[in-house]
Amino acid sequence: MIAQEAIETVTRLQAPLIWLIPAFPLAGSAILLLTGRRWRGSRAGWLGTLVVAGSFVASVAALLTVVSKSADHRTFAQPLFEWIHAGGFRVAVDLRADPLSMVMALTVTGVGGLIHLYAIDYMRGDPRFSRFFAYMNLFVFFMLVLVLANNFLLLYVGWEGVGLCSYLLIGFWFERKAAADAAKKAFITTRIGDSAFLIGIIFIWTRFHSLDFGEVFGQAAGISNGTATVIALLLFAGAVGKSAQIPLHVWLPDAMEGPTPVSALIHAATMVTAGVYLVVRTRVIFEASDIALTIVAVVGIVTAIYAGFSSMGQDDIKRALAYSTISQIGFMFFGAGVGAYSAAIFLLVAHAFFKALLFLGAGSVIHGLDDEQDMIRMGGLRRAMPLTAATWMVGSLAMAGIFPLSGFFAKDQVIAAASEAGRTGLWYAALFGALLTAIYISRATFLTFFGEPRSQVHPHEPPPRMRTSIVVLTAGAAVAGVLGLSATSGLLPKFLAPTLGPAKEAVAGPSEVVLSIVSMGIALAGIGLAAFVYLSGRLDWQAMRVRFGGAKRMLQRGFYVNDFYGGVIVGPAKLAAAFAAYVFDKKVIDGAVNGVGSLFRGAASSGRRIQTGLVRNYALAFLLGVVGVLWYLAARF
Amino acid sequence: MRTPISYFLLVSALLFTIGTVGVLIRRNALVIFMSIELQLNAVNLALVAFSRQNGNLTGQVLAFFSMVVAAAEVVVGLAIIVSLYRKRRSADVDDARLLRG
Repeated sequence: MIAQEAIETVTRLQAPLIWLIPAFPLAGSAILLLTGRRWRGSRAGWLGTLVVAGSFVASVAALLTVVSKSADHRTFAQPLFEWIHAGGFRVAVDLRADPLSMVMALTVTGVGGLIHLYAIDYMRGDPRFSRFFAYMNLFVFFMLVLVLANNFLLLYVGWEGVGLCSYLLIGFWFERKAAADAAKKAFITTRIGDSAFLIGIIFIWTRFHSLDFGEVFGQAAGISNGTATVIALLLFAGAVGKSAQIPLHVWLPDAMEGPTPVSALIHAATMVTAGVYLVVRTRVIFEASDIALTIVAVVGIVTAIYAGFSSMGQDDIKRALAYSTISQIGFMFFGAGVGAYSAAIFLLVAHAFFKALLFLGAGSVIHGLDDEQDMIRMGGLRRAMPLTAATWMVGSLAMAGIFPLSGFFAKDQVIAAASEAGRTGLWYAALFGALLTAIYISRATFLTFFGEPRSQVHPHEPPPRMRTSIVVLTAGAAVAGVLGLSATSGLLPKFLAPTLGPAKEAVAGPSEVVLSIVSMGIALAGIGLAAFVYLSGRLDWQAMRVRFGGAKRMLQRGFYVNDFYGGVIVGPAKLAAAFAAYVFDKKVIDGAVNGVGSLFRGAASSGRRIQTGLVRNYALAFLLGVVGVLWYLAARF
Repeated sequence: MRTPISYFLLVSALLFTIGTVGVLIRRNALVIFMSIELQLNAVNLALVAFSRQNGNLTGQVLAFFSMVVAAAEVVVGLAIIVSLYRKRRSADVDDARLLRG
């Protein structure tokens, strides 16, 4: 592979622009955490929304600075201060503005701002209202650190920070045991990946003696295949944990215990896609290995198909969307794995729009139905909630990949890239995944908004601020496709080309138009199939749920992977912990401590009899002692 | 002809033994106290006897010191015994065994 970064020009940017992007939400979070209780009404929410909006404005300003340069000079680094300097180990806090980090920062702040706005109404009346926005702002700060970092360690700081905020926000309603458990599960499961990531960073240091992106990527083309594979797979393990890919995906469906804006922001639009960003950012290392990218693609597509099946079995609307997120991120990894980096980032951006939209729509439905999440008890909501239904339809059609919505262009490019790279087997698998996507999201649509109402509650449309966010996101989900009308000459691919390399030329397979028609046809077939089952009335789907109960349960439980982990890992771990607590600690440790104690007690209770308290006994002992000493002395001399 | 030193030492040892046995077997604090005085004076006797044997005054001077200290000790000891008796209505040392383990 060619190392474009080797000749990359990095411009030092002194203008105080980039650091403002994360500074806004950090300030908002600090203010809300310190003075949160004093904010009455929804003012804390407005502050939280405004700082993210300010961050968005700063990102736009940074973007303008970036695009004002010629295409080869669009990488800026802003050194803030030296963080660690120990011997030869130096890490600086450097922020980086290049096309990739700008796209990420704009997505995070743009979609994040809209979700903050939505949350003002959604979280209204919550006793910890201001703390919610403090955590959300803190999350946005760490996410921006993650995407703007210019070295691996700073990226890792953001990486762990978003994990912390994810934990805090999943368990935001920690009074519910399910929420507290889900928070712990998310944190511990992603930590497995994070540990691998950290080891990968240590490997990078030992191999390159630098953690700076520019220096590492510059030398990456020269490392051996084995070293590159080890480092790439360790980084990918981190991405797998954070992005909920097989085999570390089990935390994401449970994470839906958090408030819905959290699901939209962290577990759909931004944090879970950080893994894709990591792979794309470190692509030079992946390319230096001949197997790492294939593993990325295979894990991605297997996850996409697995989660697609699982999503079909969900009754809870948010869990259905959670599996859908896992599946879509699988597609993003697949895209990166077949070398279509800009298509993967394009899908990431489009997904941020339409999945945030779907989650906020689900939030409106849940809100309107008095906290009902079971799709089986919904139905017919399009009459009571026409706006929510219409916007949801846009989001779901975008995800299914219907022309001309954003998902069509993004997903089509990802799938087409497999064919164009000559990997026909992967291409077929991706088409099958796309079919599943169309089926499961249409199923959710038909169950929720079509058919006859199956709920006694009279739903209502959400309040105005929630509607505003949803409408803006709908516009984004609908027209974001213009960013990448073509995989080679579209706006986004061209903008990203200096960082991600030019789009690959097609080496095999049918032309782009044919591929588009095929994937569009697949999406329509999926929607038609779901309509036949859930809408046409020719099949009694409620009776089928009972007749095929075993298969239904298998899908709903996600092929029992979670139960498998529960039995094979969690169960024995709990047993080992019980052994440590009740056998080792109680018997061995406590036994040793108590044993020493009772040994001395026993010795003392026999020794105490000497102390009679009778002076004459002491005098006798004294006498015997003196006699003994004299005897000894007399015998000696 | 001088009395051999062994006579004095024999008397001294006898006195000391009587005193020791008295301390060990009697229970009345006053009697024990008197037995201790016997032991002291047995030692004084030995000191004077050795002094005479050696032909210098060191032992006799030491015996005087010993007697002065013994007199002071008697004052303190008797005071303790009297106050002990006032407190417990008994001069039996076996009754005072607060330090029993």
